[in-house]
Amino acid sequence: MKKASLLMILGAILLMGLFKFPLWNIKLGAPQYPEPLGMNIYIDGIQGMNEFDIQNIDGLNHYIGMKTLPKPEEMWEFSVFPIVIGGMAALGFLIGILGYFGEVSYRWFLGWLVLMTILGILGMYDFNAWMIDYGTNLDPKAIMKLQNPDGTPMSYKPPLFGHQKMLNFDAYSYPRLGGYLMGVGMLLTLVAFYIGKRSKMKTNENTI
Amino acid sequence: MKTCKFQLLSLFGALMLLTSCGNNNGKNKSSGALNSSNAEKVYVAPGEHDEFYAFLSGGYSGNVTVYGLPSGRMFKEIPVFSQFPTSGYGYSEETKPMLETSHGFVPWDDSHHPEISLTNGELDGRWLFINGNNTPRIARISLTTFETEEIIEVPNSAGNHSSSFLTENSEYVVAGTRFSVPIPQRDMPINEYKGNFQGALSFISVDPEHGHMDIKFQIIMPGFNYDLSHPGRGKSHGWFFFTTYNTEEANSLQEVFASQNDKDFIAAINWKKVEEYVNNGGGTKVPAKYAHNVYDESTHTATSTMKKEVLTVNPLDVPGAVFFLPTPKSPHGCDVDPTGNYIIGNGKLSADLTVHSFDNMIDAIEGEKFDGEAYGIPILKFEDVLAGTVKSGGLGPLHTEFDGKGNAYTTFFITSEVVKWKLGTWEVIDRKPTYYSVGHLMIPGGNSRKPFGKYLVALNKITKDRYLPVGPEMEHSAQLYDISGEKMELLSDFPTHGEPHYAAGIPAELLAPKAKKIYRLDENKHPYAVTSPDQARVERKGNEVHIYMSTIRSHFTPDNIEGVKVGDKVYFHITNHEQDFDVPHGFAMIGQNSSELLIMPGQTKSSLWEPKQVGVWPFYCTDFCSALHQEMQGYVRVSPAKSNIELSWSLGGD
Repeated sequence: MKKASLLMILGAILLMGLFKFPLWNIKLGAPQYPEPLGMNIYIDGIQGMNEFDIQNIDGLNHYIGMKTLPKPEEMWEFSVFPIVIGGMAALGFLIGILGYFGEVSYRWFLGWLVLMTILGILGMYDFNAWMIDYGTNLDPKAIMKLQNPDGTPMSYKPPLFGHQKMLNFDAYSYPRLGGYLMGVGMLLTLVAFYIGKRSKMKTNENTI
Repeated sequence: MKTCKFQLLSLFGALMLLTSCGNNNGKNKSSGALNSSNAEKVYVAPGEHDEFYAFLSGGYSGNVTVYGLPSGRMFKEIPVFSQFPTSGYGYSEETKPMLETSHGFVPWDDSHHPEISLTNGELDGRWLFINGNNTPRIARISLTTFETEEIIEVPNSAGNHSSSFLTENSEYVVAGTRFSVPIPQRDMPINEYKGNFQGALSFISVDPEHGHMDIKFQIIMPGFNYDLSHPGRGKSHGWFFFTTYNTEEANSLQEVFASQNDKDFIAAINWKKVEEYVNNGGGTKVPAKYAHNVYDESTHTATSTMKKEVLTVNPLDVPGAVFFLPTPKSPHGCDVDPTGNYIIGNGKLSADLTVHSFDNMIDAIEGEKFDGEAYGIPILKFEDVLAGTVKSGGLGPLHTEFDGKGNAYTTFFITSEVVKWKLGTWEVIDRKPTYYSVGHLMIPGGNSRKPFGKYLVALNKITKDRYLPVGPEMEHSAQLYDISGEKMELLSDFPTHGEPHYAAGIPAELLAPKAKKIYRLDENKHPYAVTSPDQARVERKGNEVHIYMSTIRSHFTPDNIEGVKVGDKVYFHITNHEQDFDVPHGFAMIGQNSSELLIMPGQTKSSLWEPKQVGVWPFYCTDFCSALHQEMQGYVRVSPAKSNIELSWSLGGD
């Protein structure tokens, strides 16, 4: 159970990587952008991969009537996400410590993971909803109003995950280091759960 | 009958095909196979980069062009001494001061010898210097922005030709006069030249951090023609060598009267000694008038200052600082090998090359073995300083460069060829024709301590039939040779722009990574800059109207301006708000008696327009900046001089 608790603690700490490293990344490459424009999405805001990428993405987006990319104060998510992540990391850490001293059982590890997964799915849902809004809620006076073959307005929503061709741009959307660290952290808490469970069963066997 | 002929022809063709196939499969000696390997050597695939930058002087264009080697593709023309309507250089309010001189605004010059800054005698790629030959000036070009940053005029000089060569650590950029003149200038009979005219050799200090130039001293030499020069390097660091001709001091029909002496001189100057003399308070400050023009990258603006005096040095006051080395036949190029021991005098009216030895020279000076004097300057004995003679069989040697592997390459103007020879043994190894009448040649780093001996560019004076004819006036031709092997190989032939005299080459890896992509808007200190569109405005000061305008794809802010009157002086101060690589905006106003502006991202440029007619006059962006470029335009309403329409401006009706 001590090993399991240490893994739980480590898994929770890995979440803190999100305060330093980006969660997600969207890149836009085109023939005239051999060096793609890109944005790193942090839990507290969006930054360009190169210094002026945000300005240049906004510059391009104005042709299709897209809103400018949000500053941290323009989206509640950027103030709430750090609290949620920080809170979950602290909670996981606490559970790990308590587990280490035998105050709580391994089931708490799974409980934490389930809560984290639910929050993660909510986060993804929110992220996707934000992208749908940005990609479809366009200025009616947009310079370029493009339509799908069926006559509906074209959406410029980047993919939630993976690659998509949009006009002259290739959009790539993948997790970044902070996101990967979070994934590894969550995986560790799952492992912690299984190890904790197995050691519990062994202890039970021994007692029997 | 016709069919018969055709069949015969096709049969013949098929036979040819067979034979040529056979050849190719054979020993690979057909010229076709050779040509294709040369093609590969100069082929830089689309999207790939060249191995070297080459900076070619523009001669009478007054500018510098940037090429890639081995492809021979031109990348840029850098305006230096000439107005350049393409970018507005010399037309914009910010750059007009760059072309100020003691003679007023001089919008042109004859640019000759580009030279890349040196550290320890090796190319360091910080700056490019180049001389203006006609109205003597030296320019410094930044090798991060590839723009001219500074121009200093050289007083007491005329035909600024033995310039702009650098000492080993770019301590000085040196400018020698080709035409001797009265110093100071005065009203006197021309035929009293002899003994009265003098030649100034100027040592211009280069600030090691910012590159700023300042004339430290001028050595006032006898009235010869100081043709070309090069620094000592390695063991001869501290010396500078100048070829001279017209030691006859002829003032007319020089082609005959300046070619009478069997030998002229190479002047050897111990500049360290002169520097020490000057640092200890030596020399005479004399009145002079020369412009010093400096462009500031943060204000995007040049200022011109008129300087009032210059420090002159009489060589006789610094014993042991100046000597003459007799050198046959009106020597032109003055080249120093990478070790610094050999000083080559390219006697342009001769078949031979004279090579002096620095060691011999020092021995002769220490032994005080003099062969008379000229105006008090000791002349060394020719035999004492001579290291050897290259008997090439060519005619009219002009310039020599080095490959760093013990070989030298000399151009021969009259016999139109490049000759490769060995330093020390003086034997000729190879010779290859040029097309035609080659002047300078360039090997990247070929006149430094560390040459990159892979390619040689021959810069020719005569083009004739090399390209498709385009009427009587043609661009000059250049040829690229592969010099990596024992024998030189002609790889390609490409036209240049203007008349490149000399060139400077440098490995791309030393420059490309530090080339600037944009100017930062948040570092823009231009007094008329607007760093955000809401600062855009129009102000009137008497009859001056200042329009503070910004640009971003794809509009001007403001784009509707009213209240301008006939007789106003309207200044457009335009700041490009883009911060994206290679997105300039242009600006042009109908009927403006000036050029367009081309404004780089983050930059501010100003243009003066003096409207003469009532009406509504459009302006527009001249650089195809975006899909909405055609929409990037605006209007200025010009009212009669006595109109009382208030100034107003707007964008999008707001």
